[in-house]
Amino acid sequence: MLIFEHTTQGRKNIAQAPVVNGEVNDIPAELRRTKSAPLPELSELQVVRHYTRLSQKNFSIDTHFYPLGSCTMKYNPRACNSLAMLPGFLSRHPLAPEKFSQGFMACMYELQEMLCEVTGMSGFSLTPMAGAQGEFAGVAMIRAYHDAKKDFDRKEILVPNAAHGTNPATATMCGYTVKEIPTLDNGDVDLDALKQAVGPQTAGLMLTNPSTLGVFERRIEEIAKTVHQAGGLLYYDGANLNAILGKIRPGDMGFDVIHSNLHKTFSTPHGGGGPGSGAIGVSERLKPFLPLPMVTKENEGYRWLTEKDCPQTIGRLSAFMGNAGVLLRAYIYMRMLGKDGMQRVAEFATLNANYMMAQLKNKGFDVAIPERRASHEFIVTLKKQAKELNVTAMDFAKRLLDLGYHAPTTYFPLLIPECLLIEPTETEARESLDGFIEAMLQIQSEAENDAEFVKGAPYTMPVKRLDEVRAAKQLDLSWVNQS
Amino acid sequence: MPFIPHTEDEICDMLSVIGADSIEQLFDEIPQHLRIKSLQGVPQGLNEMEVSRLMQSRAAEDGQPVCFMGAGSYDHHIPAAVWQITTRGEYYTAYTPYQAEASQGTLQLIYEFQSMMTALTAMDVSNASLYDGASALSEAVLMAVRGNRKSKSRRILVPTNVNPVYRSATKSIVHHQNIELVDVEFDTATGQTTLDALKAYEGEDFAAVVISQPTFFGTLEQVDALTDWAHANGAMLIAVVNPTSLSLLKPPGEWGEQGADIACGDGQPLGAPMSSGGPYYGFMCCKKAHVRQMPGRIVGRTVDQDEKEGFVLTLQAREQHIRRSKATSNICTNQGLVVTASTIYMSLLGPQGLEKVAIACHQNTNQLIEKLSAIKGVDVLFKGSVFHEVVLKLNKPVADVLNALAEKNILGGYDLSNDYPQLDNALLVCATEMRTDEEIDRYAQVLSEIL
Repeated sequence: MLIFEHTTQGRKNIAQAPVVNGEVNDIPAELRRTKSAPLPELSELQVVRHYTRLSQKNFSIDTHFYPLGSCTMKYNPRACNSLAMLPGFLSRHPLAPEKFSQGFMACMYELQEMLCEVTGMSGFSLTPMAGAQGEFAGVAMIRAYHDAKKDFDRKEILVPNAAHGTNPATATMCGYTVKEIPTLDNGDVDLDALKQAVGPQTAGLMLTNPSTLGVFERRIEEIAKTVHQAGGLLYYDGANLNAILGKIRPGDMGFDVIHSNLHKTFSTPHGGGGPGSGAIGVSERLKPFLPLPMVTKENEGYRWLTEKDCPQTIGRLSAFMGNAGVLLRAYIYMRMLGKDGMQRVAEFATLNANYMMAQLKNKGFDVAIPERRASHEFIVTLKKQAKELNVTAMDFAKRLLDLGYHAPTTYFPLLIPECLLIEPTETEARESLDGFIEAMLQIQSEAENDAEFVKGAPYTMPVKRLDEVRAAKQLDLSWVNQS
Repeated sequence: MPFIPHTEDEICDMLSVIGADSIEQLFDEIPQHLRIKSLQGVPQGLNEMEVSRLMQSRAAEDGQPVCFMGAGSYDHHIPAAVWQITTRGEYYTAYTPYQAEASQGTLQLIYEFQSMMTALTAMDVSNASLYDGASALSEAVLMAVRGNRKSKSRRILVPTNVNPVYRSATKSIVHHQNIELVDVEFDTATGQTTLDALKAYEGEDFAAVVISQPTFFGTLEQVDALTDWAHANGAMLIAVVNPTSLSLLKPPGEWGEQGADIACGDGQPLGAPMSSGGPYYGFMCCKKAHVRQMPGRIVGRTVDQDEKEGFVLTLQAREQHIRRSKATSNICTNQGLVVTASTIYMSLLGPQGLEKVAIACHQNTNQLIEKLSAIKGVDVLFKGSVFHEVVLKLNKPVADVLNALAEKNILGGYDLSNDYPQLDNALLVCATEMRTDEEIDRYAQVLSEIL
């Protein structure tokens, strides 16, 4: 039932609303609302119960193993949440003078510095509010860099065909055309095709390393050289930074700009689809173009950098300081892990992924690139099952829900047919990994004995498979009072 | 090891399954010479006790001044239940609801959110949210350029009384697509956008006109006439609105003869703490005819195989993971958790509660105006009524006055001199429902001593 259907007209929550005396009579009638908004009217208990019950219809990291490839669904430490929600942080107005902000600004400054260190970059701006906005900032800086050199003919961004969909969408938003670069069967970028594609029209290449195929791009130095020699810049999509944290840094690989998804690598919560944070880092030559605001340190005090300090900035991307509360959580997480803890992230994320890959391979599942090491994630392809049993990756995914596991990423990357992209993360204990492998084996055996049963899954969720075609054709996007 | 559960035995066992001698060997595809040994610039880890001590002292360092500042972020009361429920792990640690059957909680909540936003704005449809008010305006501008069939223009009329950081962020985001924001100056006596100011552009082609209600100055626009002018000239009308004000002020869906085409704004006032500027969320509503041009996630109600009601992400063919370079936007995130808080906030307050919040803000601000403008050296700059902010003209430089107020633990407002150098010594102040009579009296007392 919708909250609107629990409504009883005239029911009020006295305790939540302020006391009001008198009427408003100084606002002209033609500017006033005449009918009150049709919002729900319930008691506090009814509201609390409704939203508590709704929450119980969700899978989440706190309740289920969530091996969603490319999303890094690791444990979100509770201390990060409770400390970021200290009253002093919550009540700070974003435009409060620096005098009332030194504690907060110290955290932001140190976060900038730590991100520079772990990525090998020279400058960081924390303002982008999600990975996609970080990408936007990065590509906008690439454009600003070429424009500043009066190099206006670079109109093309190169993107491997294995890339996240945001990469080409971002390039378009920044006014570039997109050229896709093919990927070899072993997961590496097709270097010959890249060499053919670069030229005076190349603004840059956007790359994820390890790639979305779950393997490390081994010829990264040659790729960097190829792009740089053509006058282009190299963009690092930080979605998979968890795989290499403390092992190798994008800056050392030759990248000029990186966005870091703090909600992945640095464990800020995904919150049912946001808020995220796409902090953006750059090498020395792109530093003048970083988006504002940023924090700098002077004489033991912190101050905001403005347009006056950074006349070449690509500007502001948010009303204030980006998702400040998310940034605080990432800062706390990094301080808790420290230098050694951060190195262990990549180690155990990689151990877990390679263990799962080996076990699934041993038990008869096909992995996409069997001859390669897995990074922090890997791909199982169910092409054989789809062909022989008519049971698809989606069917496996839905049946996994019944068995208490959130499905891996399905049908991405687009290059691998019937794929499950599996990322266990470092915070999962071996029991979870083994349980998932058992579940995959159970589904395989179900599929062999009764394919229709698997195709009908899930059975234990609040709803069965939903009619998405109807949802898109007969649009019902908000509740309308029928009575 | 913080948050890593593996025992030594398990590590050995797992490595033998993999067929590797050490964890180090798992990284053997990475060129050795590029590897780093340690992260020199990162300090040693802190345990929970130590990090708590650090963060408590940092939070305390910033104090908690009495807030008379608005300018896009507002100090409202947030009922205790809001964040207690929002930070339940089932909301806090869930991902985007792509697996609909395992995400009905988040999906139904977003559907309810969309319903509440359309109720509040009197618009047809709402999306699941964007990053913040500034990014919502920039997406609205892009959407208008895509969606206005009557106009081929890439120009947008934007009054300078629209929040200056919204304008500047929008410019950073849209100029790459050769979209131009054309300034419309406000009337110096009233702070409003006048019909005459728009008429200077009559006959020219614009994709849209942006109107902010209330304006950045707190003043109120003649929304009906401005909306009708936009439509008569083939432009779409983008409304930038404060959601708290909508219980009191005419909703954008009812502006003029046809209503606004797109309504957007920042959802912070509905249950999100000021929190140094975020996370907040941007909301966006539009007319049904434009829904396929709307960016961001949208949840729809449908049925499952047994005809049982359920909720899914819909119209995904607009989005980047399907359309790649041809998507309506590169956006994939919504501010799900803050939307969760907002939905609970609106449910707890209900229509009467929200109206009371709006009225209390308005009355407190009127009281603040009365007390402050009685001081010698303080004048109200623009004539006409306001919602919950007002511009005061002081007889001294605002920065000095604000510093002196800060010494007395008062956050006195926002100095307009950087954004509007033409307004001499102008200060933007705000009093929400949180400000008490005593706090308002004390502000007046301290200010009169300073001036």
